[in-house]
Amino acid sequence: MADSVQAAVRNPAQAGREFQATGVKLATLPPAHRISLRAPAASVAALSKALGLTLPEKPKTSASKGSRTALWLGPDEWLVIDDGANDPLQDCAGVEALHSAVGISHRNMAISVTGQGAESTVSAGCPQDLSLAAFPVGACSRTILGKSEIVLLRTADEAFRVECWRSFSDYVFTFLTEAARDASA
Amino acid sequence: MLLIRCPYCEEERPELEFRNAGEAHVARSTDMAAISDDDFEKFFFIRSNPKGIIFERWRHIHGCARFFNAARDTVTDKFLVTYKAGEPKPDLEGLVSNEPAAYANRPPDQLNVKKPRRAPAKKKGEA
Repeated sequence: MADSVQAAVRNPAQAGREFQATGVKLATLPPAHRISLRAPAASVAALSKALGLTLPEKPKTSASKGSRTALWLGPDEWLVIDDGANDPLQDCAGVEALHSAVGISHRNMAISVTGQGAESTVSAGCPQDLSLAAFPVGACSRTILGKSEIVLLRTADEAFRVECWRSFSDYVFTFLTEAARDASA
Repeated sequence: MLLIRCPYCEEERPELEFRNAGEAHVARSTDMAAISDDDFEKFFFIRSNPKGIIFERWRHIHGCARFFNAARDTVTDKFLVTYKAGEPKPDLEGLVSNEPAAYANRPPDQLNVKKPRRAPAKKKGEA
């Protein structure tokens, strides 16, 4: 039986999947560190110091520094994403103030939607107002895309980062592909 | 699509992000074991289910995930006001109109009747 022991291989969901249409480009983003952070207002200062960025406290806003981004999801809830080598979970481990940091790096996957048709592509399934006036660069929100829940972050005028659970990733990517086809038509 | 104002997100959001969570302001007894069966039935099962204004709990489940309370008209489905969980019932004075809730509820002779216009502004010199 010892021969049959296999090394665990972790395959990122939808790795390398891409789609391109006129004015819209979809791509699966590389794996990143992510934590779900819950903390009362009294702990925010200590956590901000440990994470190296100021946790946003206004609805629908995010804060970014270097490779790290903190997204406001609720009054006491943040999603911290780090594309670099530093795991935010390690940074929170030393904080004594009351908080809950849960590593969700492998629960989520991210899709980038870029191009002049990016807004109409996401709007195909997201009921929120995504115009630049209502959803400016840096705005983020947990919301709906089609039938699945996503976290949406606007990274540039014509670029979105769509975070979804990995079990929804095939549905979300396919939905965005169909939407991108419509947006480019 | 119905837009519901989330008091935590401080914004109108589409109804798809929300979920109803039953009647609001149903206070749980501090001594659950001591209350009578009748009182427990009232607390646990009996809901007001009015035709008109109801106070409800709602959850912004696909958003900030917070519970909050709302005053809604069950006939028109119109949200009069939403407020954070734990806050007392707001005063609905001025928010509720005494007109029939919807045209469908008007008696036949009142259908297709134009609302009287506001009295024209008084000119200078008039009493």
